[in-house]
Amino acid sequence: MTPMLELEGVSRRFEKTFDAVEKLAFRLGADLRETCVNAVDTASFAVGRGEVVGLVGESGCGKSTLGRMVAGLLPVSEGTIRFEGVDVTDARNPQAREKRLRIQMIFQDPMSSLNPRMKVQSIIGEAAIYHGLTSRADMPAYVAGMMAKVGLDPSYAQRYPHQFSGGQRQRIGIARALAVQPDFLICDESIAALDVSIQAQVINLFQDLRRDLDLTYLFISHDLGVIEHIADRVVVMYLGRIVEIAPTDALFRGPRHPYTQALLDQVPRLGAGRQAFRTVKGEIPSPLNPPPGCHFNPRCPMAGPRCRAAVPRTITVDGHSTACHLHDGGTA
Amino acid sequence: MSVLDIRDLQTHFFTDDGVVKAVDGVSFSLDAGEVLGLVGESGSGKSVTGFSILRLVDPPGRVVGGEILFHGQDLAQLSNREMRSLRGNRIAMIFQDPMMTLNPVLRIETQMVEAVRAHERISHAAARDRAITTLAKVGIPSPAERLAAYPHQFSGGMRQRVAIAIALLNGPELIVADEPTTALDVTIQSQILAEVQELARETGTALIWITHDLAVVAGLADRISVMYAGRIVESGPTEQVLAAPQHPYTAGLLGSIPGHGRRGERLTQIPGMAPSMSRLPAGCAFAPRCDLASEMCRSTAPMVTETGAGQGYRCHHPNAAQKVAT
Repeated sequence: MTPMLELEGVSRRFEKTFDAVEKLAFRLGADLRETCVNAVDTASFAVGRGEVVGLVGESGCGKSTLGRMVAGLLPVSEGTIRFEGVDVTDARNPQAREKRLRIQMIFQDPMSSLNPRMKVQSIIGEAAIYHGLTSRADMPAYVAGMMAKVGLDPSYAQRYPHQFSGGQRQRIGIARALAVQPDFLICDESIAALDVSIQAQVINLFQDLRRDLDLTYLFISHDLGVIEHIADRVVVMYLGRIVEIAPTDALFRGPRHPYTQALLDQVPRLGAGRQAFRTVKGEIPSPLNPPPGCHFNPRCPMAGPRCRAAVPRTITVDGHSTACHLHDGGTA
Repeated sequence: MSVLDIRDLQTHFFTDDGVVKAVDGVSFSLDAGEVLGLVGESGSGKSVTGFSILRLVDPPGRVVGGEILFHGQDLAQLSNREMRSLRGNRIAMIFQDPMMTLNPVLRIETQMVEAVRAHERISHAAARDRAITTLAKVGIPSPAERLAAYPHQFSGGMRQRVAIAIALLNGPELIVADEPTTALDVTIQSQILAEVQELARETGTALIWITHDLAVVAGLADRISVMYAGRIVESGPTEQVLAAPQHPYTAGLLGSIPGHGRRGERLTQIPGMAPSMSRLPAGCAFAPRCDLASEMCRSTAPMVTETGAGQGYRCHHPNAAQKVAT
């Protein structure tokens, strides 16, 4: 069976080329280089129908860039994205556009992703009319149905976003995404900005929607607790590369990559009693100038000469993939 | 004697919409070397409590009642000059955003040396030496060179370390930390927590750690106070509060934290949202969201029931964990 979403060697580079002054300075012998950031470096994974895949990593690891490429909001520099077997990498392809409509995104900050001058009814209904899912006359009823689905009182349809609380705004964002009847949702830190008690409400809503509407999720978050709760499988990224992919239980019980191990070690936990906080030495290196070989080698307690020399291959054992030299031939 | 003893603190904001009782009768005390986790959601009054201690509440806000005793002395009685000599010296504050502490146009050296010499008559060189030692203590590599850098040349985690180093410069007896790790990545957060833990143990500095993240204080704090709508609704030793929460809000907060081996299950959700602080319900502020609420809850605000030293709750129907679960 073909997976619902398939990424093959997807990369995204951001390049900064010389402007006129820099060009001149360069000709005159200034020590300048055109800078290039590999925000996402040959990422490959698949998402099956009905599955929830969690994408975790720290800030700057490229998880949001990856999400935006899947949503079609950012062009892909290299590689292929297939949705239900159809190549959707090039957003201009009409067939791809049709498929892409079924992938929708829910953003982190509902305030900056909702137009403050539009009423909730038009925010939710606009795209549905455009795509012919409802008519102008039926739109209010259609929107009311969507609002009820996400737990908003339909009588609020004539209000503006600022009249809602943070949790309610996020529900508006979810209703807007659902209005075009997608079956694949990308949630990019969708609950990070909410208070704990409101977070729980929205997580429960995501779970209910998944069951009722048969949705598939790519759930992007830096919060391992949220990922552990909601995901079936987890993809871990570090500095642009995928370092580990595993079923949630396997990952949280036995992480294989030293980075994942360190990350799980450092999550503050309830019920662990007084914790002696441990630390990974150093900080995430600048993506402008990443270390050679395995990106994690300067911070890795087990790094050897091979880690500094070569990029590790991805090894898959029992559906658990790891990109680490320790799992590929044993020595670092 | 306690380092800090707060009794019935009331900080109100006088706005056009009416009086907002941001902090309404908060009491707690703190011994040397003790870490208190002050937990609450946005708008619960936890930050305003912190600001009130340092007398940093700006109009239209005002501390209208209660006492803040620092080593037995009421801070409200001090003149502005006396208060200034305490701030950054014997009481320090760490903010969520380090750029609130750091001046973007001054080198770290200037800022740190200034902070030392504002409180002590020592030479520039001696102040500089202390800055280097303190930076090293919070884990800044090659501190002597880094002194010449400007704040923008540091990463977010490093900047927060510098802010913490500045708070530590004069060996304060009390540090109020307002969500200092909320904006940071997990690995950086745990580095900072590790350092703070060590400092509290080594130097006997008392610490108030303000956060919305119960999991962070679970591993860090000796005691927890949970705030809701301007009041402390439950406080006690960390293990006890987490294992057997008395207040339904505490129980609800604990239940809404995802992860922790209950994968895929529905999270306990607290229905509704926090009330508007200018239109608080009569009786218990949590009653409209509470499953256990009775007529009494809606009419009479519960008083504190003390169950031990520095341990208690405000609830008419305590022992919430078991009642909510059944």
